[in-house]
Amino acid sequence: MLQIKNLHASVGGKAILNGLDLTLPKGEVHAIMGPNGSGKSTLAFLLAGREGYEVTAGGVTYEGRDLLAMAPEERAREGLFLAFQYPIEIPGVPTASFLKTAVNAVRKARGLPQYDAVEFLKILKAKRDFLGIGDDMLRRALNVGFSGGEKKRAEVLQMLLLEPRLAVLDETDSGLDIDALRIVAEGINALRSPDRAILLITHYQRLLDYVVPDRVHVLTGGRIERSGGKELAQELERQGYVGTAA
Amino acid sequence: MAASPDSNLAVHSTIGEKYKYGFVTDIEADTAPKGLGEDTIRFISAKKDEPRWLLDWRLRAYRAWLGMEEPDWARVGYPKIDYQDAYYYSAPKKKSAPGSLDEIDPEILKTYEKLGIPLGEQQRLAGIAVDAVFDSVSVATTFRKTLEDAGVIFCPMSDAVRDHPELVQRYLGTVVPYTDNFFATLNSAVFTDGSFAYIPPGVRCPMELSTYFRINAAQTGQFERTLIIADKGSYVSYLEGCTAPMRDENQLHAAVVELVALDDAEIKYSTVQNWYPGDENGRGGIYNFVTKRGACRGRNSTISWTQVETGSAITWKYPSCILQGENSVGKFFSIAIVNNRQQADTGTKMIHIGKNTRSTIVSKGISAGRAQNTYRGLVRVQPGASGARNHTQCDSLLIGDRCGAHTVPYIESRNRTARIEHEATTSKIGEDQLFYCRQRGLSVEDSVSLIVNGFCREVLQQLPMEFAVEAQKLVGISLEGSVG
Amino acid sequence: MTATAAIRHKPFPYVERFAALAASLPGAGHPNVVALRQAAAEQARRAGLPTQRVEPWKYTSLNRLLETDFEPASSAARPAANDAAGWTVPGSYRLVFVNGRLAGGRSAAGLPDGVTLTTLADALARGDDDWATGAASSGHPFVALNTAFLTDGLVLRVARGVKVAQPIHLLFLGSGEAGASAIHTRLVIRLEPGAGIDVIERHAASGAGVYWSNPVCDIRLSEGARLGHAKFIDEGAEAMHIAVTGVEVAADAAYDSFVLTTGGALARNEIRVTLDGERAGCRLDGLYLGRDRQHIDNTTETIHAQPMTTSTETYKGVLEGKARAVFQGRIVVRPDAQKSDGRQLNKTLLLSDRAEIDTKPELEIHADDVKCSHGAAIGEIDADALFYLRARGIGAEEGTRMLVEAFAAELIDGIADKSVASLARGRLAAWLAGSAPGGTA
Repeated sequence: MLQIKNLHASVGGKAILNGLDLTLPKGEVHAIMGPNGSGKSTLAFLLAGREGYEVTAGGVTYEGRDLLAMAPEERAREGLFLAFQYPIEIPGVPTASFLKTAVNAVRKARGLPQYDAVEFLKILKAKRDFLGIGDDMLRRALNVGFSGGEKKRAEVLQMLLLEPRLAVLDETDSGLDIDALRIVAEGINALRSPDRAILLITHYQRLLDYVVPDRVHVLTGGRIERSGGKELAQELERQGYVGTAA
Repeated sequence: MAASPDSNLAVHSTIGEKYKYGFVTDIEADTAPKGLGEDTIRFISAKKDEPRWLLDWRLRAYRAWLGMEEPDWARVGYPKIDYQDAYYYSAPKKKSAPGSLDEIDPEILKTYEKLGIPLGEQQRLAGIAVDAVFDSVSVATTFRKTLEDAGVIFCPMSDAVRDHPELVQRYLGTVVPYTDNFFATLNSAVFTDGSFAYIPPGVRCPMELSTYFRINAAQTGQFERTLIIADKGSYVSYLEGCTAPMRDENQLHAAVVELVALDDAEIKYSTVQNWYPGDENGRGGIYNFVTKRGACRGRNSTISWTQVETGSAITWKYPSCILQGENSVGKFFSIAIVNNRQQADTGTKMIHIGKNTRSTIVSKGISAGRAQNTYRGLVRVQPGASGARNHTQCDSLLIGDRCGAHTVPYIESRNRTARIEHEATTSKIGEDQLFYCRQRGLSVEDSVSLIVNGFCREVLQQLPMEFAVEAQKLVGISLEGSVG
Repeated sequence: MTATAAIRHKPFPYVERFAALAASLPGAGHPNVVALRQAAAEQARRAGLPTQRVEPWKYTSLNRLLETDFEPASSAARPAANDAAGWTVPGSYRLVFVNGRLAGGRSAAGLPDGVTLTTLADALARGDDDWATGAASSGHPFVALNTAFLTDGLVLRVARGVKVAQPIHLLFLGSGEAGASAIHTRLVIRLEPGAGIDVIERHAASGAGVYWSNPVCDIRLSEGARLGHAKFIDEGAEAMHIAVTGVEVAADAAYDSFVLTTGGALARNEIRVTLDGERAGCRLDGLYLGRDRQHIDNTTETIHAQPMTTSTETYKGVLEGKARAVFQGRIVVRPDAQKSDGRQLNKTLLLSDRAEIDTKPELEIHADDVKCSHGAAIGEIDADALFYLRARGIGAEEGTRMLVEAFAAELIDGIADKSVASLARGRLAAWLAGSAPGGTA
């Protein structure tokens, strides 16, 4: 589904990714772990198409297409979802109406019928109850004044509604207490399917206790230093990133 | 949303694609000779069969106007207007006064249908009474009977002069005197039609009143005059819409609106102004030089102005409230969007005279392209206005680095117990916000529209439902091609 | 003059005195100086004085100036012995000007190398004219009047990299005892790259009577320079003070201004700053305390002409009696001055039923990637706070004074320079104690 080959990228002339290789097949969950500044968020933003990153070498294919040539909304409509580490606040736009607009934009691109307000509310209700998101939160402006935990839950809600084929979750576990972590993890697990792939970007392994990955990759210095099974995460937890360098 | 979610970044080649009201209606018109003089005024007055007092009033205004200078303090620029090179009266030809819709030129009925304002009995807008003003005259007013049953008078100004002269004479020019300012004085001399509404004591107007203004004729100025009186304890919500054909020339629209609210009365006045803005190079478009003012004469009266200004080449208007009655309330909610070469200098005046008067100002300015947008507002607290309160919030959003956003508030307080707060901010549309929306699948244009609508939400919420939907679409359409 | 022009400007008869006076003004022997003065006098004559129809003068009438028959201040006046008493800045280098002329010595003893002080009288006497080419807008009628009639003042230069610990303290005293007098002084400050200095400028009366002070201050800060500029307007009760300060700030340089106005029947202080290099910054703070029939006008303009420039501005005022204050603050961001940041706040407390404030904060933004904001608040003493104090046994009058002091002190507490802060506290305390505005120092 996702193939990253020898990816080099820089921001403002500073090299961040230095030959990153990664293959993520359909149906699998991979975790990318790494210390601060290793390039994790850069990778997430690059995959989603944020401006300001210069790809100096290598490339990314998604379902056989050149991902980097696609506009951000095109990627989204083709099923790529990024759960932001720091979701953006948009004043004055109620969360519920934003969700409906986004879902319908994606459905339209996929040739599916648009939801009207009533249908959408029904779908919304089923998914949000499960995440413990109340009406009140949906009426408020998107991410404005949300607590850290609320923001993360809202991201997972959007992910469930948009039903992506490839979900990239950037530090979705950070800042969550144990109950919230469990809820978020359930949301992610609910998305697991043979047609989908999930890329978890995280600093700690505790999310991986709840969402068990098929593969774990260690990102340091802008490239994958090591890859292994889920036990690698536990090793990292014990030894830290320094000890794992090959 | 008019912009399809699939529309890409390509900048639309002309604004004409977006301005869907730009067509011209082909009808026979009755037009006064070009130019302005006492003869023109006598001609207009005679056409309308006006009483002597009104003609005299017009002539006094005209003579005052001759001694006035065109204001130059606003941040707008335009070539000198030749007031002799325009028509001051143009009316669709008709056999007699339109007693029923059958007598209106079918072309005009079609025009309003195309504009989404059907006037026919069958398809009328539910719950809204419409006065349709075409060039210089009112062509139809719907639901007159229903309103009459409630005691509400809603009719063209010329009918009001004929049928309710005592009301017109008592209130006309008492809020905006004929000497008020260059454009209002010109209007007083040559105004042709407009809407008149009177809500009797204690009546809550059973439906929204609405006037739909349409400029059709070429080289014609439009000078309508609206007068709304809400008697004690009454309530009315009034809506105003405006469109014009696309023409290469600039056309002058110099209207006057006067509102009077007596004790415990409330008037809500909403405008969606979508006159033709000119093309992307600034050719053509309406000069919208308008004087709107409301007097809260009675205790506990309320006047609120809500405006969505997206059209016109130049907008020059300051809907204001004179808060005379104790505990009276003035509100001003504004969205002004300028794109391409448009210029807007708009805001309000809140004059606090009575005790415990309160005013709220919320202004949202959006500038794109090479357009210039100015908020200009006055809050004045007179010595007698003890306990007066004002809160003003002015926010500007810039899209692109060639436009301008300016904020010019004047705040004058002469009462110790008054409390006035003013805040203004300027920001650009956030790249992070755009990216976030696009990551969720929205196109750039839909993202801009969504973010700008969010920015304007406080104001959009003030509009009646039907208008709010229309206004939200306009916000998106007006900014098409501004990012990308 | 057309009809419109006539209502925007009125002829100022005082200008006509120039012809008779020209030969006795400093520098009269130098054709370049004479030409400069003549051109300025002609400009001032043509411009007249702006009426309230001219936007920047909307709230301030100059009728009082127009109606007074001014004499150029006589050079005979000398400061009384006590003029400077009670107003000293420890460790500062001080110059005193009386009625527009230097009084007393001017030794540069104690000033570090690299600091040059030249009186304008000396500069004019030797034919210098570079003092006239600066940031103070030449198109301004009060700058033209100053150029034409200028008698003295100071040119301060600080050489590259020289940081001066000792503040320069300038005391301008005026009096109108011998008939209404006009005083024209100029302060020219040039800081070379990396230089730093503090200047304290005080204007007060040395005697009773009507006088009109027309100071111009012209400042140019080169790359990385820093100027702290504190100004105290404590003019006499009948005095008029109409000042123009123009400042050019180069890249990485900083202009830090504090203005405290307590005196003058009419005080108009205009500051125009151009941030003309990347990362140039300014801070404009001010406090105005008015009573009786005082009219105090603070008009500022900050132009962000280059990217990444920053400005902050806070003006606070307290008005009682029939005092009237005007605050006009404009922030301009020119096209391409991206990533600029401009913030402004104006707050006024009205303590009496007859006081008036007119405030006009203004933003003029021509670039999109900027952060600009302004705020204004007008009100009376917070009734809840006052009640709280009274409930603790503090009398209403005392409580009001405490709250006013707290309101004003917030601004003074932000002043970095200790001597300036202490002077400002002294002035505030004196004002609160009800001492006459200005008066002898």
